Amino acid sequence: MKLTRRNLLILSSAGVAATAMGSLPAFASLTDDAIAELTGGAALGEGAITLTAPEIAENGNTVPIEVSAPGAVAITLFADGNPVPNVATFTFGPLSASRSASTRIRLATTQNVVAIAKMEDGSFQKASANVKVTIGGCGG
Amino acid sequence: MASGVKPRVKVPKTAAAGEAITIKTLISHKMESGQRKDDDGNVIPRSIINRFTADFNGQNVIDVTLEPAISTNPYFQFEAIVPESGEFKFTWYDDDGDVYDTSKKIEVS
Amino acid sequence: MNLKPWMTLAVAGFAGAAFAQDSSTLSIEGEAMVTETAAPAHMENVDTIYSGWRFRSTETQALETDDFDNPAFVFVDQGIDLFDKVDGTEGKACSSCHENVEDFAGLRTQLPRVQDGELVTMENLINDCRTERMGAEAWKWSKGPMTAMTALIGLQSRGMPMDVAIDGDAAPFWEKGKELYYTRVGQLDMSCSNCHEDNYGVMIRADHLSQGQINGFPTYRLKNAKLNSIHGRFKGCMKNIRATPFAEGGDEFKALELYLASRGTGLSVETPSVRN
Repeated sequence: MKLTRRNLLILSSAGVAATAMGSLPAFASLTDDAIAELTGGAALGEGAITLTAPEIAENGNTVPIEVSAPGAVAITLFADGNPVPNVATFTFGPLSASRSASTRIRLATTQNVVAIAKMEDGSFQKASANVKVTIGGCGG
Repeated sequence: MASGVKPRVKVPKTAAAGEAITIKTLISHKMESGQRKDDDGNVIPRSIINRFTADFNGQNVIDVTLEPAISTNPYFQFEAIVPESGEFKFTWYDDDGDVYDTSKKIEVS
Repeated sequence: MNLKPWMTLAVAGFAGAAFAQDSSTLSIEGEAMVTETAAPAHMENVDTIYSGWRFRSTETQALETDDFDNPAFVFVDQGIDLFDKVDGTEGKACSSCHENVEDFAGLRTQLPRVQDGELVTMENLINDCRTERMGAEAWKWSKGPMTAMTALIGLQSRGMPMDVAIDGDAAPFWEKGKELYYTRVGQLDMSCSNCHEDNYGVMIRADHLSQGQINGFPTYRLKNAKLNSIHGRFKGCMKNIRATPFAEGGDEFKALELYLASRGTGLSVETPSVRN
C-alpha cells in the first residue's frame, strides 16, 4: 500500500478502534479490579492452568465448568459479564489430589469465564474461556 | 433452617492407600442470588450456601467459597488422597447461619 | 440422523474427556436407552421417533447419564422420604400399602390409562390414594411433593419401553388427544404439530425443536432448576403461542398426554430426564 495521508488516517483510526475493543472498558473492569485485588497486581502466567467450559451453553442457569492447575494452592473463578464477577474460590488442602474441581455456574449473558490459580511458589496463572449463552426459542 | 435442604455425596467405599479418588457432592438449595425481584418489584434478599468444606480424618481436602453465581443445588466434583481408612466430613454453611453436614466412611486396603 | 447440526460444528473442537459420551447413544448408569425407533403405525407424518435427549447439547446430555450428576435425584430423594411419611387421618404412608416402590416397575409405561370409564394419569392415582386411603389432602398437580413422587415412581420403569393402550376404552380419549394435537389455537394460531411434527430438529431462535416426547417426565429443567410435570410443560407451550392454557389435570391435557405417550411408543422411559 502506498503511504498517503489518507491511508495513514484510515490506519490510525483503525488502530484506535482496535485498542478500544481490546480493552473492553466498561464490563471487564470489575473483573480486572477483582483479579488485581487477588493477585496484588502480579503478572499472570498462562499454560499451567486449564479451564474447560462449553462453547455454547443451552441455558445460562447451569453451566458446567472444570478447572485444573497442577501445583495450585487455590483457584478463583470470575465471570466478567455477571452483575458480580466473583463466582467461587477453591482452596486445596493437604489431602487434595489433583488440583482440580468441577462445578455448575450461572452466567447472565454471553461472556468470558476467567480462572486465576495461585501457585505454590506464589505466582499466578490465568485461563479464560468465552461462553455463548443462548436464549431459548420457546422454553415455555 | 431453609426448607428442603438435603446433602448428597458420592464417595467410593474402598480405595488403595495414597490413591486419588473422585468425590462428588450436591446439596439441594435455592441459592437465591439477591439479584431477583418478586412480583411487587422488591428485591428478594440473598440467601445462599457461602462455604463448603471437605475434610478427611480432620485434615482438609478442599475449602470452597461460593458466590451467588453458583447454580441452584450447588454441585462440586474434586479429588482426594486417602492415606488410611477413615471418615470424610462434608460441611455446607448457609447465609442464615445454618450448617449442614454429612459423613462417609471409606476402607483403605 | 444428526439432530443438532450447528451444535456439532460448534462443539467439534472440544470433545474433551469430561464429555465423552456419544451424543446419539444414551446409557444411564450403564443401562442402554432407546432414544430412536420406528414411529408407531398410527403416526402418518413421521417415520422415526426420537427422545428429547437427542436434541440437547453435549453438556446437558451428559447430566442424564449418571444418577449423581443428574440434579433430578435431589427430588427423587425427597420422594423416597415422602413415600415413607405418614400423612392424613388414617395414619398411613404410601409404604403402608405399597411395601416396595420397586413394585411400580412398568406402571409409567402404561399411563395414562382408562379406569372405570375415566382416563387417569399417575397424578390421579397418587391423589386417589392420598384422599381415599390415607385421608390426606390431594397434592397440587405440578408442585414439589407431586413431582417428587411421580419421579420416584416413574424411575422404577426407567429403561422400559413406552407402551400405552390406545384401543378399546381408551380410543375416544386418544382421538380427542389427537384432535387437540392438530388444532391451531392462540394468537399465534399454532398447533402442537406445527413445531413438534413439521419442524423438529430445526432451530427456534437459539433452541432446538424436539418432537415433544414425554418419555422423560417429570423432567429437571436447567431453566428453572426443578422437576416439571407433563401438564406444566403443556401449559408453557400454550402460553408461548399466546393461547389460554387448559387446566392441569383437566380432560384436555389428560387426553393430550395419552396421545403424546402413544407417539413415543417404544422409546425408553428416561424418568427423571434432564432438559434445558
